[in-house]
Amino acid sequence: MSVMTRPVGPERARPPAGTPAVRISHVSKAFRLPHQRYSTLKERVLHPFQARTYDVLQAVNDVNLDVMPGEFFGIVGRNGSGKSTLLKCIAGIYNIDCGELTVRGRLSPFIELGVGFNMDLTARDNVMINAIMLGLTRKQARERFDEIIAFAQLEDFLDLRLKNYSSGMSVRLAFSVAIQVEAEILLIDEVLAVGDASFQQKCLDEFERLKRAGRTILFVTHDMGTIERFCDRAILLEKGRTVMIGGPTEVARRYNALNFGATVHRLTDGAGVTSRGATGPVSIVDGWFEDPDGARVAALASNEPCRACMEVRFNERLRDPIFGFTLRNEVGTTIFATTTDHGHGATGSFEPGQTTIVRLGFENWLTPSRYMLTPSIARHGTGADALDLRENIASVVIHGGPFTGGVVNLPHSFQFLSR
Amino acid sequence: MSSDAAARHVAPSALGDDARRFFNLTLTLARTDFKLRYFGSVLGYLWSLVRPLLLFGVLYLVFSVVFHAGRGVKHYPVYLLTSIILWTFFMETTGGCVQCLLAREGLLRKIRFPRLVIPMSVGLTALFNLGMNFIVVLGFALATGVEPRLTWFEVPLLVLIIAALALGTGMLLSVLYVRFRDVQPIWDVASQVLFYISPIIYTAMTYPSSVLRIAMINPIATILTQMNHAFINPGTPSAASYIGSPVRLLAPLGIIAAVGALGLWFFGREAPRIAENL
Repeated sequence: MSVMTRPVGPERARPPAGTPAVRISHVSKAFRLPHQRYSTLKERVLHPFQARTYDVLQAVNDVNLDVMPGEFFGIVGRNGSGKSTLLKCIAGIYNIDCGELTVRGRLSPFIELGVGFNMDLTARDNVMINAIMLGLTRKQARERFDEIIAFAQLEDFLDLRLKNYSSGMSVRLAFSVAIQVEAEILLIDEVLAVGDASFQQKCLDEFERLKRAGRTILFVTHDMGTIERFCDRAILLEKGRTVMIGGPTEVARRYNALNFGATVHRLTDGAGVTSRGATGPVSIVDGWFEDPDGARVAALASNEPCRACMEVRFNERLRDPIFGFTLRNEVGTTIFATTTDHGHGATGSFEPGQTTIVRLGFENWLTPSRYMLTPSIARHGTGADALDLRENIASVVIHGGPFTGGVVNLPHSFQFLSR
Repeated sequence: MSSDAAARHVAPSALGDDARRFFNLTLTLARTDFKLRYFGSVLGYLWSLVRPLLLFGVLYLVFSVVFHAGRGVKHYPVYLLTSIILWTFFMETTGGCVQCLLAREGLLRKIRFPRLVIPMSVGLTALFNLGMNFIVVLGFALATGVEPRLTWFEVPLLVLIIAALALGTGMLLSVLYVRFRDVQPIWDVASQVLFYISPIIYTAMTYPSSVLRIAMINPIATILTQMNHAFINPGTPSAASYIGSPVRLLAPLGIIAAVGALGLWFFGREAPRIAENL
């Protein structure tokens, strides 16, 4: 599959020069969440002077952002980080509290596909209704009808009610209508959540086409793969605030660090690890992953060289102990295991009180997932006399790169030999 | 909107800035409602004619034949049917408006469009139905000896006036409902009261003279009475003569204008926040 050999392109973090298509400066949006909902008149009548107390949820907090014409811009963040609210503010669905929001160019009025689809009507009716809802005139909608149906490949199901469509089919229909809307700036919220693989591929192809056509697209997603594949730049939001704006890879890495970072520390502190060496001849006191610069990391991009480390304290004098590293994925399958016995040979002699860091560098062929590190130490010999082992002492999230379904992404090439 | 002019951000509004889109959307939503109403039935759109026909048959039997209501009123069955279809229009619009914003939550939260489209489409659907009903009533009126006259040109004007009242009320109810869910039961009861104090199953002649002038301040009473005068029986007094003088007609007309203006103002004020308050 060609998608597997995607070359890692140069970072496209620098915004093109010119006037921004969307300029967001100091935009904030808060929602009031009443403590006690005074939604009935009776309560209002009985307690007319009681102050209404409410929590203010600052959904978007002082966000500054310029999106240039033709940019494919990703908006990412965890659930409740304000990314959809920001999109709705840009779309003019929510009013902003303060700040300034300028949009230059025709803005698509919708942020989700298939809005206004009616399950009881036929595909034919729904296409017309949806097209008009999204801003086409009746005439335009009629003219493009055939094209819409052809793209969705639903010619044979035109007069079927939508409730009899599979979810994939209705998404196909929705997407086909949506791309007919002649907007220079498209706002899209979680478009790829549904649909079968072939349709998703089609959507992605369509994105490529839109991108080549120079449309400006603002795109909300959880999928870092899509971000890295399509976006020129992205913004990462957390609790309504901007964490960073930058290139897709950096943002994806930061997103993963936000998402999984906490987990790593908990694992490291965890006391429930298997250990017999606390008072033994040697003990593993720490374990971690680091990047090629030696910084401890919780997440790494696919293909980025990686190192697994353990810190060991010796309580006895030991000669040529065997250090082992095991990497397991989330379901517990051992992806990779090695020991110094296999790859290094004699490790030397260690004195009591000595502390050593053992570092294992490896080519990062891992596919996106979470990986656990289990370091171990055994006495010189067959390796059967284990001295210490710390189960899942650290974890790393590998992100980016295509999701292939395999556990590793081996470097590879294709050849075609004619006979 | 020109594509190269810098456009300031547009907050969600009641009317929007594109009249054509407003009209297209209103029409589309109304059409959809209309399509769905008789969807899947054997007779389909025919029902919009057959249903009032059957309903009128029942009303006629109950009121004219069984209860002898409206005895001595010329063309009483036609009056009854005309009043009923106008009242139905009023109720379909106002009652439909109460929950219309909530029912369209999906659209409101996902698409930018003028918010007023939603109550307007409710009114338009009701107007379709009124048109259908009116065809039946017209046939019935001609069959029972009501004669066409120039004053029939007043009919569209009267419909326009009751539509203004219905939409004004509808706009108020729809945005109030977003804040207070009590609006539904309150309106259920209030509209029942309005039904019985308005000359629908009786005529304005039935009002005791002591309350006549006050009762005629009710805009519905004024419209129905004028409808009787203009459309059915020119022999009955006009609304102006019932209420006392043409000047006094300013009271019911003032109420209609006030309700319409209040509805429009309040809806416009709330429009930017409808999506988030739902």
